[in-house]
Amino acid sequence: MKTNDVILQTVTKFVLFVIILFSIHLFFAGHYYPGGGFIGGLMTSGAIVLLLLAFDIKTVKMILPFDYIKVVAVGLLIAIGTGAGALFFNMPFLTHAYTYAYLPLLGKTSLHTAVLFDTGVFLVVIGVTMTIIQTIGESE
Amino acid sequence: MNNLIILPILIPLITGVVLIFFTKNIMAQRWISAISALLTIIASFMLAHQVYRNGIQTMDLSNWEAPYGITLVSDMLSALLVLTTSIIAFAALFYSFKSIGEARERFFYYPVVNFLIVGVNGAFTTGDIFNLFVFFEVMLMSSYVLIVLGGTKIQLRESIKYILVNVISSALFVIAVAYLYSVVGTLNMAHISVRLSEIGSAGIITVIAVLFLIVFGLKGAIFPLYFWLPGSYYAPPAPVMALFGALLTKVGVYSITRTYTLFFYHDVGYTHQLLQTLAVMTIIAGVIGALAYTDIKKIIIYNIIVAVGVILFGVSILTPESLTGSIFYLIHDMNIKATLFLLIGIIIVITGTSDLEKISGLINRYPALGWTFFIATAALAGIPPLSGFAGKLMVVRSGFETENYIGAFVVLMSSLLVLFSVMRIFIRGFWGTPRAYKNEERAPVKWLLVAPAILTVFAVLYGFGTEAIYPVISTAAETLANPEIYINAVLKE
Amino acid sequence: MEILMAFLIGILFMTATYLMLSKSLLRIIIGTGLLSHGAHLLLLTMGGLKRGAAPLLGEHAPSYADPLPQALILTAIVISFGVTAFFLVVAYRAYQELGTDNMDHLRGKEGHE
Repeated sequence: MKTNDVILQTVTKFVLFVIILFSIHLFFAGHYYPGGGFIGGLMTSGAIVLLLLAFDIKTVKMILPFDYIKVVAVGLLIAIGTGAGALFFNMPFLTHAYTYAYLPLLGKTSLHTAVLFDTGVFLVVIGVTMTIIQTIGESE
Repeated sequence: MNNLIILPILIPLITGVVLIFFTKNIMAQRWISAISALLTIIASFMLAHQVYRNGIQTMDLSNWEAPYGITLVSDMLSALLVLTTSIIAFAALFYSFKSIGEARERFFYYPVVNFLIVGVNGAFTTGDIFNLFVFFEVMLMSSYVLIVLGGTKIQLRESIKYILVNVISSALFVIAVAYLYSVVGTLNMAHISVRLSEIGSAGIITVIAVLFLIVFGLKGAIFPLYFWLPGSYYAPPAPVMALFGALLTKVGVYSITRTYTLFFYHDVGYTHQLLQTLAVMTIIAGVIGALAYTDIKKIIIYNIIVAVGVILFGVSILTPESLTGSIFYLIHDMNIKATLFLLIGIIIVITGTSDLEKISGLINRYPALGWTFFIATAALAGIPPLSGFAGKLMVVRSGFETENYIGAFVVLMSSLLVLFSVMRIFIRGFWGTPRAYKNEERAPVKWLLVAPAILTVFAVLYGFGTEAIYPVISTAAETLANPEIYINAVLKE
Repeated sequence: MEILMAFLIGILFMTATYLMLSKSLLRIIIGTGLLSHGAHLLLLTMGGLKRGAAPLLGEHAPSYADPLPQALILTAIVISFGVTAFFLVVAYRAYQELGTDNMDHLRGKEGHE
């Protein structure tokens, strides 16, 4: 059955960017406020799922030509690498370092290695969620 | 602080992730996983050596001090189990190269095996009860994938039951941790022990102890909770069965041992008596199963259950000697179960069946396989001077010394019946008139035999070297018998 | 509040048990989902339900909330999310392969096809 999804598709084109922007906000808000890699990643994959609903798997694959299992692997590598980095400074695994820096535009900013770890988590969550949804969705 | 502790967990983890990038290139996958397995063995050997020389090693993850952060603790027992796990993992991987088949190799077989090792080594090493749950889940997730990988009908059917049982037991684990947390307000195992001894024996603690026994008993396959095991372990191919049989149930057994020696020792009259009764029942149930079947896989699978019973019987007596015996037997059993599963894997490759009625006369064509199998079965039954003997001797002797006559007698009888059940495979499968089997020509028997042969050599050395290994094992048992050693090492008072 | 939570958790466990005892595979999976929800709420309740400031350095407040149960259930939720998703995929594959989601038909005799 062919449904008329013009409204959904048009709305998606706008809402998609709002959701992704909000997920990026959530991602950076983590550590001090509610948010972080996991919830940000879920929100981003929510956006991609919306895209899947509005269009179809082929179109989405054209827009985002990733092998999501590789995305998981890259995310894990970043996360584990950040944790293992501490070993080279003879600190326990996962010890995180931070500093404060004055960046242009942003002013006084705290820089954490935890952000790198969270980037890994972000990618893993997107990868896992999308793998699951594609596995179930593809065979229909 | 010692970063060596994390290496047996970190190396397989990184390997597993890196291997995901090489799914197309099977040779690269094999080489990388073999090299990393060797590195893991070296790292865990160095760790065991260090623990033996300098006492318990600890490491506070992300540099949060002991009761607040997650602590990894490697005492002698953990270090030995990690070492054994690494060796078995290497053997199973080596065996897989020629037997698991390209389809599985392309579908993330090697990464998942590596993740399984992460979970097992992590569970042996962690000193935090919730982190134990997390490593349990890492291990279980990998085992779900391994059990279903290949997607044959029987695998799909059995994996559903396996996953269901484990999801329920994981929920129970969370509930048990919740109760424990509400009573003691901490998750660090050493700290829990301190807080619990301040409380002494209260009814609620006994309830929590029994709840933990149910949780770990489901994973470790003790008496009324082993029902899922024979069906589930039957489904996957031989190297996966070897990993499951040697490692997964032993993690449950290890967790019972750890919790029942480190902190649930206040109401021994109830909890340990219950554990002992269940252990004896487990032995009986396992022996009945092992004798009843004529399927070689089933026979070995039921022998896992017997071994779990013997180890836990030793733990429940809770004297230094019985604990030494249990640890001796635990390490022996991990090694010998892996060996036996790999060996019957070869038989199945040759004959194409696991039904004993359809196999006979193998020793004519495969004398090396036959005699390796013979030595392995003798070691399993605990015939001196092979590896099962010392552990069983100590468990039985301390059973008689503490006047647990029935239990000790059941353990003794079980050796005899275990020997009978596996000798049956030898007599009916290897003796008799040779038959022709259709897969015979293509079977790479020589290659497959390498890994179990090496493990059998370990079993023999372990038996003959009992005298030399004894001080190491008794150090491990000493830590279990005196929780203060563990507590002081972790909390550094 | 704790009493109310205890009732809620009890109802969740009850429903989960009922669903898991049914024959349809999908109901069983929903049952496991409810069971883990119950377990997570139990974990949260067992930590003690109280109001208080976030336990961060530099915060000054008369009472602090216990951060640990929240961290624990977050971990447990992520794990059960992963397991449930995997379980669903396996169940779907099994349905395709075996042509049934009735547990009675999945019984199978002792390891035979």
